[in-house]
Amino acid sequence: MHRTGELYEQYRTLEQQRETASLGMWIFLSTEVLFFAGLFMTYTLNRSTYPDIFSEASKTIKLSWGAINTVVLIGSSLTMAMAVWASQTGKKKALTWFLIATLVLGTVFLGIKSVEYHDKYVEHHIPGWNFQFEPGADAATNAHAQLFFSLYFGMTGLHALHMIIGAGLLLWLIRESLRGRFTPEYNTPVENIGLYWHFVDIVWIFLFPLLYLIDRH
Amino acid sequence: MSATPAAVNQMPREHYLNATWGIRSWLLTTDHKRIALLYLASVTFFFFIGGAFATMIRIHLLSPKGLLVTPETYNKLFTMHGVAMIFFFLIPSIPAVLGNFLLPIMIGAKDLAFPKINLLSWYIYLVGGCFVLYSFSTGGLDTGWTFYTPLSSVYSNSAVTPAVLGVFINGFSSILTGLNFIVTVHTMRAPGMTWFRLPLFVWAQYATSIIFILGTPVIAITLLLAGLERVFHLGFFNPALGGDPILFQHLFWFYSHPAVYIMILPAMGVISEIIPTFARKPIFGYSFIAGSSIAIAVIGFFVWAHHMFVTGESTYAALTFSLLSYLVAIPSAVKVFNWTSTLYKGSISYDTPMLYALGFIGLFLIGGLTGLFLACLGLDIHLHDTYFVIAHFHYIMVGGAVMGYVGGLHYWWPKITGKLYPEFLARIAAITLFLGFNLTFFPQFILGYLGMPRRYASYPPEFQVLNVMSTAGASILALGYLLPMIYLTWSMRYGAIAGPNPWPGTGLEWRTPSPPPTENFDVTPEVTWEPYDYDNRPDLGLDVSGAPALAHGDD
Repeated sequence: MHRTGELYEQYRTLEQQRETASLGMWIFLSTEVLFFAGLFMTYTLNRSTYPDIFSEASKTIKLSWGAINTVVLIGSSLTMAMAVWASQTGKKKALTWFLIATLVLGTVFLGIKSVEYHDKYVEHHIPGWNFQFEPGADAATNAHAQLFFSLYFGMTGLHALHMIIGAGLLLWLIRESLRGRFTPEYNTPVENIGLYWHFVDIVWIFLFPLLYLIDRH
Repeated sequence: MSATPAAVNQMPREHYLNATWGIRSWLLTTDHKRIALLYLASVTFFFFIGGAFATMIRIHLLSPKGLLVTPETYNKLFTMHGVAMIFFFLIPSIPAVLGNFLLPIMIGAKDLAFPKINLLSWYIYLVGGCFVLYSFSTGGLDTGWTFYTPLSSVYSNSAVTPAVLGVFINGFSSILTGLNFIVTVHTMRAPGMTWFRLPLFVWAQYATSIIFILGTPVIAITLLLAGLERVFHLGFFNPALGGDPILFQHLFWFYSHPAVYIMILPAMGVISEIIPTFARKPIFGYSFIAGSSIAIAVIGFFVWAHHMFVTGESTYAALTFSLLSYLVAIPSAVKVFNWTSTLYKGSISYDTPMLYALGFIGLFLIGGLTGLFLACLGLDIHLHDTYFVIAHFHYIMVGGAVMGYVGGLHYWWPKITGKLYPEFLARIAAITLFLGFNLTFFPQFILGYLGMPRRYASYPPEFQVLNVMSTAGASILALGYLLPMIYLTWSMRYGAIAGPNPWPGTGLEWRTPSPPPTENFDVTPEVTWEPYDYDNRPDLGLDVSGAPALAHGDD
């Protein structure tokens, strides 16, 4: 596709192009909601079948790391929102810095997540691979706890994959922003990647209580 | 159409087929029309693969003990037939080939909203297809196309993992196509092309796209979980490890029932285009046909558990799903009644696309009504997992979706290639297909009612006559598919030049040269007319003076 300035040839106006891109992102996010919904459904069914073991297994995850990560991620949503604002108001320098801040916070999140995964590895809580819930746990308890951890790794893993993709998109945004490509007239990529970033954050807002806070008082 | 002398028509000097040359100009194209042709080639390839498996199945079933293969291999044959046909032919066929080619032209746009994503979806399809072919050629697949757990995740010794991965990947191709279509219809319409001036084919594609984007992600995550379960010995759906196999079935059918409507809705859209053209009349009940497409897409999401009446789900759930399944009959009947009302007092000509459309109405009617048998709780207990079900869904998918696809391919072939196919041969092929289809699948209704179960490699001797009839029908059916393959290919080089509007049709696609230029229109069109308005279209050159032309046998 050829483009004239920032206008691709299949569109008539920049406004039409912006609307199209934005609608496309919203529809993509609705697909994403259904994608995660399958996992949430599997989680709900299994938790209602094995409520006690789920709460036991949940307590073995360190609450502090999850809580810090929640704050980090909400902070990154704030900086992302600020980046969108900066791109709309033409503050090019601020835009770059907000994008970098978002990327740093996203990386911190992933770093903490990998520390948590490592803890689980040490505790033999990685499903399918020398899994042992507690010393001397019987086969049924072990199997049901493994269900919890399969879901834990499945859900946080899929979330982390989205974070990694988001980090890649942010890197690209930073490069384009350094080149001064985004103006108040053309900032669709910032806005759309912002939407994606907020979506990934919202998924975490659901994951945190479901996985960390089942039975903590 | 024979009234249009070929000498008057000339091929446009430059069009999308000859605008650029070379293999790169095809593999890196972002032109929706070229991508449609890439899809045409690839879905035809998978149609042949699936067809080859079907042929072997029918040959095997000629004799009660089975002629051709061992029972283990038979399991693989029907599984691979299903996977190839459903995921790699039926689901992409009309949307990705005809929809891709026509949707932007029909709404007066230069291209889809996201041309690069459109090309990406084709490559994703290819990658998914390669994984599935790898599975087929290295041990095959024997789980049934439904991949039920724990058979697929624990016990099967066939190449399940690459197949699951292939279907998973292919899902993203559907999602991207659906996303592209929805956005395109919302934001890319030409001036004057209001929602209620959209061709009904576009409405059907829009409804299909809703299912693509809301249903496909669910089967994607489900197959991902089943694949992880197989590779890492996890327990999501394995009762031995505390998981729930019924959950897999719920999640699977949450997509796979609406997927039936992914196959049939676009075909209904094709029929809604063909009928008014060859009845020379505005379509009857435009807004009801448009609305019924959306209704089928929406209701389709609330009927999935009717595939699971014998799993021991709660009686109340079964009652609810039975009732909801009946509801689908309403919008389906709305369409059939509107098509037949369009024919009433129309000036009907029996050109090839019309033969497919009329065939579609009959076959869809049988397929739809037998669907009511299966939605009925008590009767389903008797018919579940018998050949009655096989016959029912082949009437919908082959009699409905494939007839619509082949009919649509004929109807728009002059637009796609700029050439006419040999009409007489095409009519013979259409009739062959219709007869072959009925001979193949009608006996299966009787077999199923008498109790012959599906998925078995052998059967009691008293069922042989009906099975032989079915196999005989299948060979006629195969001829019916080969004929168009041959003469359509032939026509690309030797066919008469079609001209912009050979039928003539009323849509925007007929207002641009055949084949269209890369940009679709030389000037962005402005729509000032209502859809299918044969009464107020002097530009079509039809004689509409005075009363509408009398229908054949009208008095």
